[in-house]
Amino acid sequence: MSNEPIEQQTVLQRVLDDINFIMMLGLVIPTVLYTLWGVMEVASLPLAR
Amino acid sequence: MGYSFTVPDKNWAREPIERTEILWIVIAGSWCLFMFCWMIAWHWIGNQNMNTEAYKTFPDVYAKKTEDFTKQYTVRQDASDPSLPVVAPPPGSDVYIAGSIFQWRPVLELQKGKSYRLHISSLDYVHGFSLQPENINFQAYPGYEQVITVTPNKAGTYGIVCNDYCGLGHHTMLGRIYVKE
Amino acid sequence: MAITTAQSPFRTDPLTGLRIDLAAQALVKTNAVLAVVFLLVGGLAGLLVALTRWPAVHLLPADLFYMALTAHGLVALVVWIVFFEMAVIYFCATSLLSCRLAAPKWAWAQVVLMTIGTAITTVAVLQGESSVMFSAYVPLAAAPHFYLGIILFAVGALIGCFVFWGTLVIAKEEKTYEGSLPLTVYGCMIAVVIAVFTLATGAIILIPAFLWSLGLIKSVDPMMYRVIFWGFGHSSQQINVVAHITIWYTVAGLAFGAKPMSEKVSRTAFLLYICFLQLGSTHHLLSDPGLSASWKIVNTSYMMYLAVLASLIHGLTVPGSIEVAQRRNGLNNGLFEWLRKCPWGNPVFSSTILSIIIFGFIGGISGVVMSVEQINMIIHNTIYVPGHFHATVAGGTTLAFMGLTYYLIPVLFQRQLIMKPLAAIQPWLFGGGMTVFGVALMGAGTLGVPRRHQDMTFAGQALSYDYGGMNQLLMAVGEIGGVVSVVGGAIFILVVVGSILMGEPVPANAKCIVAPPADAGGHKKIGMGGLEAPGTFVLALTLFVCLVLYYFVNFKYLATLWPMN
Repeated sequence: MSNEPIEQQTVLQRVLDDINFIMMLGLVIPTVLYTLWGVMEVASLPLAR
Repeated sequence: MGYSFTVPDKNWAREPIERTEILWIVIAGSWCLFMFCWMIAWHWIGNQNMNTEAYKTFPDVYAKKTEDFTKQYTVRQDASDPSLPVVAPPPGSDVYIAGSIFQWRPVLELQKGKSYRLHISSLDYVHGFSLQPENINFQAYPGYEQVITVTPNKAGTYGIVCNDYCGLGHHTMLGRIYVKE
Repeated sequence: MAITTAQSPFRTDPLTGLRIDLAAQALVKTNAVLAVVFLLVGGLAGLLVALTRWPAVHLLPADLFYMALTAHGLVALVVWIVFFEMAVIYFCATSLLSCRLAAPKWAWAQVVLMTIGTAITTVAVLQGESSVMFSAYVPLAAAPHFYLGIILFAVGALIGCFVFWGTLVIAKEEKTYEGSLPLTVYGCMIAVVIAVFTLATGAIILIPAFLWSLGLIKSVDPMMYRVIFWGFGHSSQQINVVAHITIWYTVAGLAFGAKPMSEKVSRTAFLLYICFLQLGSTHHLLSDPGLSASWKIVNTSYMMYLAVLASLIHGLTVPGSIEVAQRRNGLNNGLFEWLRKCPWGNPVFSSTILSIIIFGFIGGISGVVMSVEQINMIIHNTIYVPGHFHATVAGGTTLAFMGLTYYLIPVLFQRQLIMKPLAAIQPWLFGGGMTVFGVALMGAGTLGVPRRHQDMTFAGQALSYDYGGMNQLLMAVGEIGGVVSVVGGAIFILVVVGSILMGEPVPANAKCIVAPPADAGGHKKIGMGGLEAPGTFVLALTLFVCLVLYYFVNFKYLATLWPMN
């Protein structure tokens, strides 16, 4: 068992198993696409004449 | 061997996918792609789209604009509520409506088939602008002014209901739009 | 290792064969009991709301109605569910990985903070100065302790998430399992990631609101508030979606010996959730001024509907895995023999399958359609919205949690269920009531009836608007459904509390109740037409046809409205 190299696992499996990477994705993507982008749109509205 | 709650086989990502799942992913995925394209396409093929024209404003500035607009085009007082002016602006013009506890002011009289630049904002809290029975709904904020070009396509008497909670009198908050032939 | 064992002893549960950390068990039990207590509170508030919106009853005056609605939203939508989720993540991380719980003392801090927070906010609401709804849009002000309680609750929940994460790290370091996380624990992990985003976002907006209510800062921008608030408010419901889907997978294994059809597909679907599910927060802002169509489309579609695809995948694979297991166990005739011969009288199963059906057919279809940028204009803030989310959160999440509770009472409390015949009809009452409620309210919402509204007849108003008899009828039917599901909820609480207090103890030599793995059975060639789960495929296609039809019906309705741009 121990001599079975870890490289045999597919990239997908290694990505899915990396819980810290998953945490990073789950925090960064919504923060950028939803929160920051949304807040910037509200902040950049022009003043009414 | 195994369950959802036990450790999976060592190389689970190499296991083949059963045909039911593959078929379903193809069908569901195509539909998802279609819905995405259709939503974008509706901006061109559809006549009902949110305008993104909006401005930052101040409640007192907006109140003043609504007041001036009301004075300019008032034609009568409303029959149901004589304290409310009925405003008949010319087609194509800027039309202002303001929500405040607990009223949408002024009452509007529009002409069927003509376009108006409808401005919506609130003077105090967050309100919901809900045009009935068309059932067109927008969010109204204090400090933000939204502009939507609307073209009433049916004559009649329309109610404006507040459909976002704005205080204990929220359910008494109403307004009205008349659309003439 | 020996020292660890001495510090926190384990017991081996005879019913499941699981090695259960006793420190974790105490926490799981406490969180679960608190959850059920708050379900009672939230359910009672819900009953008052239902009896007021039922036009012929119209029970409460405005001030009490808005108070009850605020309490119902907070307690039933958030408190009951998050307490239960804490119980689930602690249980899964420890028992399924045979691991001790990281930092039990911090976990107790979670219990204490969440309880105190709930108490403070509940008092604020009952004092009558904080009837601002769950969403508490500024500048509508609540009492300062209303916000403080929610903040304490959120901090407690965040601590719970870190205890879970720490447990995963310990399990890996101490090698209590080998290889990848079980799918159930994986789902919990996904839910926890979404929870961390949710709670951090909540802090970003509720702390300023708290300071504003104290007069320490001058104002909070109402639109900024709503944008950020829904990053918290909507994402909190995405945690529930992941949690109940995880429970579906788990019950399929417990009750049928089912194995996920494909670990790869299910886990990839969870990855799509992690990346895109939280973008759905924008569903509350589609009819708002100023936000660009690009922002709305990217977010509302969860980036090209990839999270919807993930939900559709889970919706197929869970019943699909049950079908495969049943067929391997010999129920391989026709399309639906496996389904007919399911244990429909067993509340663990019936709760789960009803949760899948209600979440998929009612909550799912309505959710996809109402979140179309343009269609939202005819649904935003109408009673359609509560119709939708009662199908997802009550019919989906709460019902799934109820099913798991029936399974876990003998395991965790070591007591047999009492009043089994009542328990057997309970999911049908609760799920059936919620189905009627959801569908009727969606109907009334399509016809314009507003949500969060004490008097849709506008009695005594000069500009009165008449919603008509059809809407009165729909609201009456819907709220009767609501009352029926309150009865179902009451039976659940009765059975749970009764079993914990008066159930027969489970003997130490009790037989294992986990179904043997189905793939150990002899039936290798299963299914029809080259598909292993043809029955589920037909059901999925039915859902697909309903979704497509309903989608275009709404566009047809939309196209008749006043032209707007």
